[in-house]
Parts: sequence; structure tokens; C-alpha cells
Amino acid sequence: MIYEVFRQEREGQPLQHGGSLEAPNAAFAEAYAREFYGRRNESTTLWIIPRDAVAEVEEPYVADVFDRDYRRVDGYSIKVKLKEARERAGALAD
Amino acid sequence: MSAQAPSRTDLLLAIADDELVLGWRNSEWTGIAPFLEEDVAFSSIAQGEIGHARAFYELAATELGTTADALAFDRRPDEYRCAPLVELRFVPDWARTIARHYLYETADAIRIAGVKESEWDELAGLAAKVEREEVYHLMHAQMWADRLAASTDGRRHFDEAVTELWPYALGLLEGEERERLAETVGREPVDAVERGAHTDELVPLWDEMTMVRRSAPGAEW
Repeated sequence: MIYEVFRQEREGQPLQHGGSLEAPNAAFAEAYAREFYGRRNESTTLWIIPRDAVAEVEEPYVADVFDRDYRRVDGYSIKVKLKEARERAGALAD
Repeated sequence: MSAQAPSRTDLLLAIADDELVLGWRNSEWTGIAPFLEEDVAFSSIAQGEIGHARAFYELAATELGTTADALAFDRRPDEYRCAPLVELRFVPDWARTIARHYLYETADAIRIAGVKESEWDELAGLAAKVEREEVYHLMHAQMWADRLAASTDGRRHFDEAVTELWPYALGLLEGEERERLAETVGREPVDAVERGAHTDELVPLWDEMTMVRRSAPGAEW
């Protein structure tokens, strides 16, 4: 059985996918996860999840049929606005 | 050296030699274990045992005025104090390997718990440190024992192997610790294969284990 291993490097940090391992049951998976991801104190938390238990969301986006970029933060280029603002401020200072 | 020194270094060397030789035997599975995950895990346990051996040799070395390397590799085979159990070569027999692993780790947990109570502070402290890692070795051994016992075929192979190795396992311990081992394992005490004499398998192992070091005597590595 394949298990997905998630690890947390330090307390307070999010758990991140560490990798996967193959083990005959949960006890073995736990032992192997500890050996592969915990031997050097590199993890404060380990989660092991049977791959079968992971439900994958298909087409993981909300339909975006109308052009409404302005509703998204990335619709604006703050870089350009900042540049313009700086130039205005610079012009005033002169 | 104080009058009690020989016995306490004898105990240290017995533990260190057991750990070194077993670590060596277990490392023979590196690259050929039944599956990859187990290969990594068992190799890591083997390395852990050799690391413990090193720590015990270092403590003995300060007492004996020598070095850990000299104790590990420069003695003659008959000077090693390891128990016959750890000398046996089992590759490619996984059931016997796991039976030894299970018996050794169970006995070692009893031994280390005793050594932790030593009046020799350095030794007691070292035993406490070693115990923190040995807990995982024992869990690994127990997990495999359960796994083999879960199938009829596995149980038969494992039980046969434990029966064969049981007198050897008793030889790891002394006195009442043997009774505790018998209780833990659920077997009757029998005549032990005692520490002191060696099996025929030690010399070939020693030959390989010390080969590089003997190829350049006195070299600084």
C-alpha cells in the first residue's frame, strides 16, 4: 500500500508533502516514515495518509466565463502604479 | 586502574561487541532486503547499533587508556566478548534474521534498563541515551514479529527460528535478567549458549571486518 507523508518542519509551520512510501500496513508505514523523515530531528509532526484515502478534486478551478479580471488582485499591476506615484512624488519634491 | 575496573569494562565491552557485531550482521542486508523501504530502515537500524557500539567503546577506551577504533578492530577474535547469538550469519534467511532481531532487542531492552541504574554515572547516562533509540529498534522488531505471526507460513518459520535461537538469546543476559527475558518472550528458560566461547562464524566475520584496518597497520585514517 502507498502512503503519502506530510511533515512539519517546525511548530507553527504548515504541513507539507514530504514524499510517499510503500508499506504493508499502517504500523510499518509509521516506522518507515519515522526512519525516512524523522531520523535527524527534521520533522516535528508527521502525517501518514493512505493514498487511497486522498480524494483528488478534478478540474480544480471555479468556472471563469466572464472577463472579470478586475475582481482579482492580480488584475492590477501595483508595480506600475507605484512607479507613477514615485514619479509624482519626485516631481513635487523638485 | 581501580580494583573494580576489569569487571565494569568487561560489561561495557560485552555490550559494545554485541552491538558492533550485530550491526555488522544486519548491515549485510543492505541492498538485498525484501523491499526497498525495509532496506533503508534495516540498514539504518544496523548503523544505529554500530553507533551505540562506538559510544560504549569510547567509554571503555577512556577507562583502558586506548581508542574506540583499537577496541573495535585491533583485538584478536578470541578477545571479543560478544554473545554467540550476534555472530551467526543468516543472509538470505529473513525469518531467522527477524527472530534474532526480536530476541536481541527484547533482551537488550532488559539489559539497558539495568545498566541505566549503574552507579557509574557516565555509563548510566549513556544507557539512557541509547535507550531512546533502542525503543524504535524494539518497535520495528515487534512489528515484524507480528507481521510474520499473522500468516500460517510466516508464523511457522518465525516460531521455528525463535525456538532454534532461544538458548542463544538467553546467553545475552546474566542472572535474573534471563528470567525476565523468558517471561517477556513467553518461553521456559533452557540451558543458555553462554558468552565467552565463539561460534565458527566469528573468525570469517572478523577477517572481513578488520581487513582494511589490518591492510595498513598503524595508519592515520
